[in-house]
Amino acid sequence: MRGGLPKLQARDVSVMYFNDRTGTRTHALQDITLDIYDEEFVAIVGPSGCGKTTFLAAVDGLIPIQGGEIRISGVPITGPGRDRAVVFQQASLLPWRTVVGNVIYGLQLQGMRTGEAEGIAGRYIALVGLGGFEKHFPSELSGGMQQRVNLARALVCDPEILLLDEPFASLDAQTRELMQAELLRIWRETRKTSLFITHQINEAVYLADRVIVFSSRPGRVRAVIEIALPRPRDLSIKRDPAFHAYEDQIWRLIEDEVKSNVARG
Amino acid sequence: MSPVASINTAAVAQFEQQARRRRRTLRNVDAGLALLAILVFLGLWEWVTASGYIKPLFISSPSRIAVAGSRMLYSGEIWPHLRVSLSEFGLGFGLAIAVGVPVGILVGWYRWAFAATNPFISGLNATPREALLPLIVIWLGIAIWSKVALVFLGAVFPILFNMMTAMHTLDQSLLQVARSFGAKDRQIFRTIALPSSVPFLISGLRIGAGRGLVGIVLGELYAANAGIGYLIAVFGSTFQTDKLFVAVMFITSMGIGLDLILRRMERRFEAWRPSHR
Repeated sequence: MRGGLPKLQARDVSVMYFNDRTGTRTHALQDITLDIYDEEFVAIVGPSGCGKTTFLAAVDGLIPIQGGEIRISGVPITGPGRDRAVVFQQASLLPWRTVVGNVIYGLQLQGMRTGEAEGIAGRYIALVGLGGFEKHFPSELSGGMQQRVNLARALVCDPEILLLDEPFASLDAQTRELMQAELLRIWRETRKTSLFITHQINEAVYLADRVIVFSSRPGRVRAVIEIALPRPRDLSIKRDPAFHAYEDQIWRLIEDEVKSNVARG
Repeated sequence: MSPVASINTAAVAQFEQQARRRRRTLRNVDAGLALLAILVFLGLWEWVTASGYIKPLFISSPSRIAVAGSRMLYSGEIWPHLRVSLSEFGLGFGLAIAVGVPVGILVGWYRWAFAATNPFISGLNATPREALLPLIVIWLGIAIWSKVALVFLGAVFPILFNMMTAMHTLDQSLLQVARSFGAKDRQIFRTIALPSSVPFLISGLRIGAGRGLVGIVLGELYAANAGIGYLIAVFGSTFQTDKLFVAVMFITSMGIGLDLILRRMERRFEAWRPSHR
């Protein structure tokens, strides 16, 4: 099942931050090596401050890496590109653009004409369940609906790999569950290779084929766990003993670090 | 999302209509109160002069002003002055927009542009324009160009500073989205910086318009041979209080008219804001 050239190859990726004001250097990521294959859904979990969002930004090409290499379909990255698209933690929609205007934003930036882009966008707006809301402004949408637009805006660019940066973190608990199920439905229909960042173990286990556990400061790959739960997964699978077993296994891996984080406050 | 069978659409429509009617009634009551307040004010004004408490020479009276105003309109003596003032304002304000918008964007967008121009901009902005008035008259004379310069100096800084602030306060998360999609600087400017700056531009224009009007009156009071401010100076020095009030009212109407235009512009461009629906 996991054959061919990986969609994403990260080799010994290291990232350092330098804080100009305090003069301190932070080692955010150290020697991250991982592969993500075609049509795979991989989640990265870890305590806050483990550098998982930093890793996503590095893969997206938004921040420079100080060591190692990142390849998309075998091609080393040099900056942001069309082969990747991000679903951001905050929906970050252009408030003066309607739903359809926001969904076509990425396509327009790539030089596509508006009419053509709108033609493609319609399908993705329907896919994320926003048919009929094309002319609404973001301020007229709920948080969950804004995240649907955020998702459609990334999907419409048809990237090689979809990068999701805790997209449901700011939603209320019920909407979050619903959006997780929706994401799996959409993923089933598009089969888009996905890298999903989250701090919620439950979310990672529910969504992913593999969960990669990061340790914190500097972020390193602590463990890679195959989630052998059958698909398609209904939300009720979260009450399955096998599901709880995965949750426990991952929790034990990061428990100490979360506790020491809390102690540090 | 889709019609729900259990909802009585007729009842909903009726409820909405009632709410609309209530809103309209409230608006009418507000307008009525405002009108009443104006009438009471004018009545009091008329009464204190008619009863002899205050001489009309000092505060005139609504009826005298109305007569003076209709005479001035009828004889046409006000029109050339109004034309002069309006063209001074139009030229000066137009020039302020033409300079303030691009310079504000440039200075806000590029760090080097800010570093190079900031001393001049801050210094000029801190200088009271009134202090430059004699110099401006020496340079440009007492015809319209000295007033154009005053309007320009008054309006250009609010516009410039607001555009600069707009560039400095761009939403970082939107910029990140654009960069992630591979946007070039030119695209970021067009799709994020410009639309974000609209409310700043409008408020800059409103402040600038107010200052521009002050510039006209001041310039024409000080040195001019035509214009509404010139009329105010003449009527004042000859104790024609009625006519003086008429001239002031023209300036007031200009201010109100400009604000109305700008507010309409704001509604047009800011339709997406929840507060503008």
